[in-house]
Amino acid sequence: MADAPKAPRSFQEIILRLQNYWAAQGCAILQPYDMEVGAGTFHPATTLRSLGSKPWAAAYVQPSRRPTDGRYGENPNRLQHYYQYQVIIKPSPPDLQDLYLGSLKAIGIDASLHDIRFVEDDWESPTLGAWGLGWEIWCDGMEVSQFTYFQQVGGHDCRPVSGELTYGLERLAMYVLGVDHVMDMPFNDPAAKIPLTYGDIFMQTEEEYSRHNFDGADTEQLFQHFKDAEAECQRLLDFPPLDPKSGKTIIMAHPAYDQTIKASHLFNLLDARGVISVTERQAYIGRVRALAKKCADAFRLTPAGRDATGQDAEAHS
Amino acid sequence: MSDLLIELFSEEIPARMQARARDDLKSMITNGLVEAGLTYASSGAFSTPRRLVLSIEGLSAESKPVREERKGPSASAPPAAIEGFLRSTGLTLDQLERRADKKGETLYAVIEKPGRAASVIIAEVLETTIRTFPWPKSMRWGSGTLRWVRPLHSILCLLSDESGGAVVPLNIDGIQSSNTTAGHRFLSPARFPVTSFDDYVVKLKRAHVVLDSAEREAAIWQGAQNLAFAAGMEVVEDKGLLTEVAGLVEWPVPLMGRIADTFLALPPEVLQTSMKEHQKFFSVRNPKTGRIEGFITVANTETADHGETILKGNQKVLSARLSDAKFFWENDLRVAKANPDSPMQEWLDGLKSVTFHNKLGSQADRIARIAALAREIAPLVKADPDLAEQAAKLAKADLRSAMVGEFPELQGLMGMYYAREAGLPEPVALAARDHYSPLGPTDTVPSDPVSVAVALADKIDTLTGFWAIDEKPTGSKDPFALRRAALGVIRLVLGNEVRARLEFVFRPRINGLATENASSALNRIADLFLEISRGEEFCNRPASYALHEARCEAKLGLILPEDIEVINNVLESYSDWHLDHIDNVLSDDGHGDVNQFEITEAIRNSADKLGKMSRKKTKILGRVSASSDLLAFFHDRLKVFLKDQGIRHDVIDACLAMPGNDDLTLLVKRAEALAAFLKTEDGPNLLQGFKRANTILTQAEAKDGVEYSYGADPKFAETDEERALFAALDTAEAQITPAMRREDFAAAMAAMAQLRAPIDAFFTAVQVNSDNPIIRRNRLNLLHRIRAICAGVADLTRIDG
Repeated sequence: MADAPKAPRSFQEIILRLQNYWAAQGCAILQPYDMEVGAGTFHPATTLRSLGSKPWAAAYVQPSRRPTDGRYGENPNRLQHYYQYQVIIKPSPPDLQDLYLGSLKAIGIDASLHDIRFVEDDWESPTLGAWGLGWEIWCDGMEVSQFTYFQQVGGHDCRPVSGELTYGLERLAMYVLGVDHVMDMPFNDPAAKIPLTYGDIFMQTEEEYSRHNFDGADTEQLFQHFKDAEAECQRLLDFPPLDPKSGKTIIMAHPAYDQTIKASHLFNLLDARGVISVTERQAYIGRVRALAKKCADAFRLTPAGRDATGQDAEAHS
Repeated sequence: MSDLLIELFSEEIPARMQARARDDLKSMITNGLVEAGLTYASSGAFSTPRRLVLSIEGLSAESKPVREERKGPSASAPPAAIEGFLRSTGLTLDQLERRADKKGETLYAVIEKPGRAASVIIAEVLETTIRTFPWPKSMRWGSGTLRWVRPLHSILCLLSDESGGAVVPLNIDGIQSSNTTAGHRFLSPARFPVTSFDDYVVKLKRAHVVLDSAEREAAIWQGAQNLAFAAGMEVVEDKGLLTEVAGLVEWPVPLMGRIADTFLALPPEVLQTSMKEHQKFFSVRNPKTGRIEGFITVANTETADHGETILKGNQKVLSARLSDAKFFWENDLRVAKANPDSPMQEWLDGLKSVTFHNKLGSQADRIARIAALAREIAPLVKADPDLAEQAAKLAKADLRSAMVGEFPELQGLMGMYYAREAGLPEPVALAARDHYSPLGPTDTVPSDPVSVAVALADKIDTLTGFWAIDEKPTGSKDPFALRRAALGVIRLVLGNEVRARLEFVFRPRINGLATENASSALNRIADLFLEISRGEEFCNRPASYALHEARCEAKLGLILPEDIEVINNVLESYSDWHLDHIDNVLSDDGHGDVNQFEITEAIRNSADKLGKMSRKKTKILGRVSASSDLLAFFHDRLKVFLKDQGIRHDVIDACLAMPGNDDLTLLVKRAEALAAFLKTEDGPNLLQGFKRANTILTQAEAKDGVEYSYGADPKFAETDEERALFAALDTAEAQITPAMRREDFAAAMAAMAQLRAPIDAFFTAVQVNSDNPIIRRNRLNLLHRIRAICAGVADLTRIDG
């Protein structure tokens, strides 16, 4: 193709191209959320903003942590810390599939040479009380993204429906750049004065965190933190909406949601430490979900989460 | 006559839903059209990942006019009645017809519905179909409220005949019907109009879309075989995968690649599972080596480089996947072989920290129980007890292996490979693979004795465990797959003709597992008992019995503190009854010699008398008879299973009512013999004779208040028929008793069949209720013999008819 862009040369160039592409499609380019999360979906820009009727379009990179996936940097593509690229548009535009394919083209995946497929993959997050229908997108047999139409988040029906795209950046970039081991992937331009690989930046931290996640983290303290986060979330939501100091109605949905995020990550760490049994697991997930639901309920009462018509959460619950 | 073409064009429809969706589209539309008065000659439904299509040929142009006539009230009826009739018909009085009859004039409404144009009907039916389509999962998108499997983009709805085609106008939530569609997403994305179904199919193919999934399947299979053949290889057949892959592509292009040598040592199941589950690849076997050495992937597009980039990409993904698998395999082998004296020890240790269920302990606890049980069961299935125990200990070790962590569906199978590699005896390896079986009503039942022992122990442990903690299946909820486990036991027992009294296997397990509150409950009951024996002189025997048994049960943990309250109430309510043997009961230390059935009965009797406490009573009975309850659950599963084998439920009931009904092999032998017997000519006739005898006898017994079981004496026989029946009963009994002893039910029933003629003759010639009381009593006692003989074989009162 004549207008096919030149192939990207580094991990960061792929990120930058995605940023530019989605900026050009009108998305607000947000920055990562400043907390430990398991996936880009946890960013309040997705979880909370997918609720209510207000239109929304955002894209961002989200560093994500999955403590159980730590492999001391040895596995070619499994990491306990990795990057997701997340796009969320509400309501989902009718040409979202084409927009998505445009983004692949932008990073050098030419549909006339590759086999791109939408393969059924229903998304469900038991911890967020959320589900949606969509696909995983395969490029030559490799899963490069998740594509989901949100149906429910935090127990609330999504009206309108948000379209969510999630790119696993390392895996996608490795494919585009033709790299076999993530640690060998050029992070900045390989011709730069100081060329840095992914391994230069993350090899040591993968080792450190793998040890931490599997053996280092103090489980007793983690259990306590989990309880604290749970209690704090509830406490924040129990405040009366009227703030006596400012005289305004201020529901602390986001601060409470931060505690949900914390609880979720603490649970993931405990899981990695292998101290949560199969049955307890369900109970913990249920506890996080209960928090997420309460935060969603609270958010629906705030200006950002209310429906434009002014009707509040009850109408949909 | 015209033809109808409907295409519902959407984003990618999950492959697994397409076949059902084709059928639903076809039946919903054609039924709707026919109900609305149209007729058609033929129809066909098609699907691709992006479209659901229906073609109908020979559709009538309009529905037939319908004339409906309704009779109303008399013309002279009160105005209210006439108004009601007008309202219900929607007509005015002057539109009604008046017809003279005997009573004067009656009003008639004649409603004529004119025929409607096909296009109007189609639009209605299609809209209803789209709005109520039964997708297994559907969704909303954007700001709309319409639901479809994925966003619906366009509707092609075209009615055509020789003169050309016309769009059936239709607008559903902003989607306007048209005569256009789009081709392949990448190869021919442009939209184009079509004029008929034939035109549609041809133009689609030109636009890189093969409409018919059967044609795509054939193309994939043919292409795959050609590629493999050219390389001297063969494709491993997988019909399910073929259907799925055909549902993922509009323009299938099979491509073949090789598996790198470094992965060829992996077990073939690992290669196949990894390739199929992760990549939807077909496996390609080298007939010379018998190994899986290649793969076929099916692309959805043609490229300038003839798929080279695509194949390279797929190959790379596969290599990454198989590297993982190889890493798992090698690591697992290291663990399996680490210590030749105790293979897989690391995994077994690991299972200690994996909870099976918080009330039933860890996986290691569970395995220890299974091993003990396997050892106990081994002699029943002719397995070596040591081997059975060893096999049970190792059978689930692979749950901790990395490979099973990645591919849970390989559990057991990996255990077999690892056991072999660790040099364990072959029966131990096979038991690892087979102890989960059978998993359903039709898959293979293990037959190696060690596998049978472990498979039975595994399932019985699960069942008794969940019964002990009262986590039984309810309605559609069966989270621990207990129905499947019970069916597994049934099939294992029947398939291997295992002879075992299940009740004796269940009870100690259930009792042993329910240890909660045992000692404190015992103490409280003992205190209570002492109090009574000191302060109260009077108590009834059943209540004391209940108390005594409650102690036993409490010791075993079957009675909870709240149950004791009930026992207390039992005692109070009967405290004015004389207690004879309290010392005897007290001195008996507990659960040793007392028959469990008697215990259950005693408590049941006591609790039964305590109607007002019915809720708690239920609870007590539930706990005490958990093992009988589990057996009843088995019997329910067995009924379902045997019903599928063509044995009537009343036949099964008749056999279930017999003693030893926890020996499933015996039970089924009896049921099969009875079912066969009832199919003979003698069967139903004997049944009638038996029922007649039983009815007369039961009525007489109820009336006289005695049981006629004293034995009939031939010397009081008056007629030849009566004497003949005596003789026949003697003969039958002489044959039935030994036959039953050998469990030869067929012979027993054949002997029973010989009673048919004498019984019939007896009833024809003899009046049982004779005026002479001696004769009558003797005849009733004779009937009792009939009942007793038959009742020894099966409870015929439960047979219908």
